[in-house]
Amino acid sequence: MSTIIIIILGIIMLSAAFVTIFSKSLLAAIITSGVISLLASIVFLILGSPDVAMTEASIGSALTTVIFLFALKKLRKEKNNDK
Amino acid sequence: MLYTLILGFALFLAGIFAMLTRKNMMKIILGFSIADTGIHIIIVSLGYLKDKTAPIIDSTIKISEATSSVVDPIPSALVLTAIVIGLATTALMLSFVVMMYKKKKSLSINDYQELKC
Amino acid sequence: MINKVLVALALLGLIILIMPIISNFQERTELSELSKKYIEGSINDLKSPNVVTSVIVTYRGLDTLGEVTVLFLATVGVGFLLQKRKKGKSKKDAPENLKTTSSFLAAMIMILGIYIFTHGHLSPGGGFQGGVIIASGFLLLLLSDINMKINHSILQAVESLSGVLYVGLGVIGLILTIGFLNSNILPLGEFGQLFSAGAIPLIYSLIGLKVGSELTNIIETMGGE
Repeated sequence: MSTIIIIILGIIMLSAAFVTIFSKSLLAAIITSGVISLLASIVFLILGSPDVAMTEASIGSALTTVIFLFALKKLRKEKNNDK
Repeated sequence: MLYTLILGFALFLAGIFAMLTRKNMMKIILGFSIADTGIHIIIVSLGYLKDKTAPIIDSTIKISEATSSVVDPIPSALVLTAIVIGLATTALMLSFVVMMYKKKKSLSINDYQELKC
Repeated sequence: MINKVLVALALLGLIILIMPIISNFQERTELSELSKKYIEGSINDLKSPNVVTSVIVTYRGLDTLGEVTVLFLATVGVGFLLQKRKKGKSKKDAPENLKTTSSFLAAMIMILGIYIFTHGHLSPGGGFQGGVIIASGFLLLLLSDINMKINHSILQAVESLSGVLYVGLGVIGLILTIGFLNSNILPLGEFGQLFSAGAIPLIYSLIGLKVGSELTNIIETMGGE
């Protein structure tokens, strides 16, 4: 049963990685990298470590995505300041 | 188990491919973050024992046979530290990218060639 | 053209290095000697049910000190590189019910964070997770009201004080000649109560406060106007 869940999650994670690398819009790439971290947190829970799952869900999925989006906001503000 | 090991190595190779072939600096940092997640999955899956439970000794585990019914706790402790340090490194790299964009107004690494001889 | 060939060669070399690891992989069936010693020591000597917490705080305490140092260096680096210029523009004010609801929610989120890092030795959780949840409470406040100013002196005081007290607790262990960061300086209680396991709840609370205030600083430097 857990083998089937890991195979399905693995297929979704690898296709999300494909979208992150090859997409043209930066916003889509950042959000799909947050999806990869969220599914990795479920994989950690299946492997028997609830501490690591909690840490990865809060740091990898929430804070890393927010920090990337703040950097993107600063880049756009810099581009608009020139015009 | 074997499947999570293969998944971890596949994510690591995807991250390294993104770091080597993309020109946009933000995509390079995204590739670094994906490779980091892959390595954490590899380390945690080396500590998994079949059909055993999490290393927290509450009322469902008898104390006298605790060492034969829990998963290895040492890789979890190492990965916890590694996740926090990965976040710190990514934040510092992003502030470098913002500073470089302010100087030259370009996000492609082909325009930053002052160190080439 | 030559670039693509070289990249393909590098990835092929990595795959050739990885292949022996995957083909010789056998699942483990019993723990190593060191893990057995840590689990039995956590039950009998330290009396803390969460074995991962006792490994991080007591048996590998020096690595945790190193990690807190790395997080501090990252905060200093980000704060130095992205200096804010005081422009003083004030955008439109946020609507009233948004501000009230987010303040109420942020207070409840911070109480959840404090609960997680004080019960670090009894249930999954601990200092790092609780600190990140406190920082996300501050993030909610920052996202709903863009003109909010966080009192920087209180954040700096909390961060420096918890760092100094954490190293001070380690040095107390040195003075009593039982080792750096030994957690026997407070009485061990019963197995499974809140006030037990020596100084582990105290050390983890200090780590939680320090990580929470550092991450709040990083988020406010990168996101605030």
